[in-house]
Amino acid sequence: MIWIETLVQGLMLGGLYALFAAGLSLVFGIMRLVNLAHGDLIVAAAFVILLVVEMSGLNPFVSALIAAPVLFGFGYVLQRAVLNRVLGNDILPPLLVTFGLSVALQNGMLELFSADSRRLPAAGLESASLNLGVSTVGTLPLMTLASAVAAIFVLNRLLYATALGRAFRATSDDPVTASLMGINPRHVFAMATGLAMVVVTIAALYLGMRSNFDPSIGPARLIYAFQAVIVGGLGSLWGTLAGGAIIGVAQTLGAQINPEWQILAGHVAFLLVLLVRPRGLFPRARD
Amino acid sequence: MSLLETRGLTAAYGQFKALFGIDMRVEPGEVVAIIGANGAGKTTLLRSITGVLRQAPGMVVHSGTPIGAMSPDRIMQRGVAMVPEGRRLFPSLSVEENLLIGAQARRGDGPWTLEAVYALFPILRERRASPGTALSGGQQQMVAIGRALMSNPELLLCDEISLGLAPVIIRDIYAALPRIREGGAAMVIVEQDIARALSVADRVYCLMEGCVTLHGRADEITREDIHAAYFGTRTEAQG
Amino acid sequence: MQAYVTTRTRASTIAGIAAIGLVALAVAAPAFVSRIVIQDLFFILTMLMLAQLWNLIAGYGGMVSVGQQAFVGIGAYAMFGGVLLWGWDPVPAIILGGLAALALSVPMAFFAFRLQGAYFAIGTWVVAEVTRLLVAQWRALGGGTGTSLPRQVTADIWGVDWVADLFGVREAAARDILAYWLALALCILTIAAIYWLLRSRTGLALASVRDNDEAARSVGVDPRRVKWLVFLAAGFATGLVGALVYMQTARISPDAAFSVTTWTAYVIFIVVIGGIGRLEGPVLGVLVFWGLQTAFASYGSWYLFALGIIAIVVMLFAPRGLWGLLADRTGLALFPVQRRLILPDKKA
Repeated sequence: MIWIETLVQGLMLGGLYALFAAGLSLVFGIMRLVNLAHGDLIVAAAFVILLVVEMSGLNPFVSALIAAPVLFGFGYVLQRAVLNRVLGNDILPPLLVTFGLSVALQNGMLELFSADSRRLPAAGLESASLNLGVSTVGTLPLMTLASAVAAIFVLNRLLYATALGRAFRATSDDPVTASLMGINPRHVFAMATGLAMVVVTIAALYLGMRSNFDPSIGPARLIYAFQAVIVGGLGSLWGTLAGGAIIGVAQTLGAQINPEWQILAGHVAFLLVLLVRPRGLFPRARD
Repeated sequence: MSLLETRGLTAAYGQFKALFGIDMRVEPGEVVAIIGANGAGKTTLLRSITGVLRQAPGMVVHSGTPIGAMSPDRIMQRGVAMVPEGRRLFPSLSVEENLLIGAQARRGDGPWTLEAVYALFPILRERRASPGTALSGGQQQMVAIGRALMSNPELLLCDEISLGLAPVIIRDIYAALPRIREGGAAMVIVEQDIARALSVADRVYCLMEGCVTLHGRADEITREDIHAAYFGTRTEAQG
Repeated sequence: MQAYVTTRTRASTIAGIAAIGLVALAVAAPAFVSRIVIQDLFFILTMLMLAQLWNLIAGYGGMVSVGQQAFVGIGAYAMFGGVLLWGWDPVPAIILGGLAALALSVPMAFFAFRLQGAYFAIGTWVVAEVTRLLVAQWRALGGGTGTSLPRQVTADIWGVDWVADLFGVREAAARDILAYWLALALCILTIAAIYWLLRSRTGLALASVRDNDEAARSVGVDPRRVKWLVFLAAGFATGLVGALVYMQTARISPDAAFSVTTWTAYVIFIVVIGGIGRLEGPVLGVLVFWGLQTAFASYGSWYLFALGIIAIVVMLFAPRGLWGLLADRTGLALFPVQRRLILPDKKA
């Protein structure tokens, strides 16, 4: 029984990791850009939601709704003003720029918000639970997983059933030809990063309600997100969800054996997948 | 006012100069052929017109507006469309999606819709769910032309549309050009197949080593003129 | 007189002579500077080595590792292990640190080389994290809280007595001087080895691997072999530096020894600001970094914030760093690796 419980908990945790990873996966899929500041952006988004909560007294869900357009705008400007300038065949410049951004964000937040642990008030949601027969699950973790599935479903629809998604895929294939179709690749890339920031906002909402956060925890979130993306297979959003689930289950299993092994177990699962399936479990056929 | 003009268009890749002061114009609704051997500067000319290669603003003028320094997407939004060399379909998109992406630069109504393109190239309707790159070369060329038409352009630029295709396929594709012309679009056709180009064009420019060596009405130009222009024994024919 | 190919420039010859003088001065430095200065110089030399090594794999080899802290940490811990568990003297135990890092670099390369481009970076980071978590389980060396070298060990290090007598200083200061000399020797060796490597056939191969795997293969270079060679060599040397740094501090903890900020972020800033892909870059970068550190470190997080912003600005507006700007203006090259064809003088 304990193992089923652990498995269910792991899947829920995987939902959170999939939310961390979806933005990373989207941006990589469209412009082959790996944003090393992704984890810090999640933490920054959590602080933005917290600011809205504290200033307006609204609940975190409504506050996230208010924060989302702001963060979309930030993502758009970040891509348009900074990251577009370093995209290209050489992978060094975007890596180093986003690494610089990561360090600047962490320390900027440290100065603005101090190193204290903070939490988004979830109005009793964090202690509520549902009995699913085989196992009792927390309402909040279940909502996280449901949100992850919903977010990935919506992103997939957007990519494959809208004009914007078509423009994303066309620009990803061949930016020069896309521009000959009247598409502005710089705008399309900026929209993608803006969209990724909206997903980051959702991830930040659940991160902040489920556990404490402080300015230093970004890099670890980046690593979990990255592991979910690689395990799932580059460029596949549903793969990313599966990847998140695998890392989540591995971590809860590890923690079940020895609490100190939680993170280590996730890393080991990642390395094992890398060993057996270097391209991840569900790689996109073409790269 | 000409639909498109280049005024003393000069282009260079680093130290290497590819175009030396090209003057050409395209009037609304006419078909202009640009012929010349490999390396004559034909593709560079199209790259400059479409903004892929940025120039001084006044070197390329569209309906009286200097566009030489504009980005490709802004030029396409003005009613120019391009059938690029090598087709360049988007591999992640289906045939129909490739056509739809062409409508991105659409500016209001015109003769070309998805239905109209399928009527022009019926085979594409059958293959519309396939990935664009799964098609034969000729079918891919049809998609590339249809994709460009979807924006209802005033000016359609075609780069080497017969390159690498079997003669029977080339015949089919060229058979579609008069119907495209009926839709009202002016065309610039860059070709190495001189006979094909002359069969559809109103006027011809011949390029050699980055210069216009021959320019005239398609029905007045003789084989000898073209021979001379290709090999550089004469510099300018009648306008 | 015949035409010949050379990498030598007039500036490099002058730089070579100046370098010999500088080294002599550096060796003699403990005789006339204070302990604080020796510590600063030790810091500069060790950071310079780490920067040169990262520059070798990332700048020349195109392998952007964010996991170099794994080699520093494992090197330091292996040295501690040699001393505390097997009773080695810390100086020879430094070699043990290098070997441990070499051993770690094999699995790290094995995993990370399966990842393309940017994902390589995070792959190395994950391996470093795994190493840190495993080392934190090593109870004999203090587990998560770390441990220190006991006084009787640090007082007995080979050569410390002799240095203490030579300069008439106390044992702690003598250990700093010893560490500084070791750092100086190791730094010269490292730079010389990298310079030699870059001028050799392997160096040419490395450049072609970074620029284009396919092209490299077509001219008969096995890109995987060259990458492995360089990655392993850099891992070994980084481990030596880690062991040396922790011989000087004599206190270790997993969080400090495997710190991504100290051993990778700072190192990347030094290389980026100085100029990536050239040997002169890290030299200039480490001096700028040390200057900033000395002047602004008291501002804490704002200092690091500014460092992050500076790295972004440099990447956007001077992607080849300060040395790149300088070289563009003056054509200066202290460590020329470019081959230039010298034609015979027409009058001669």
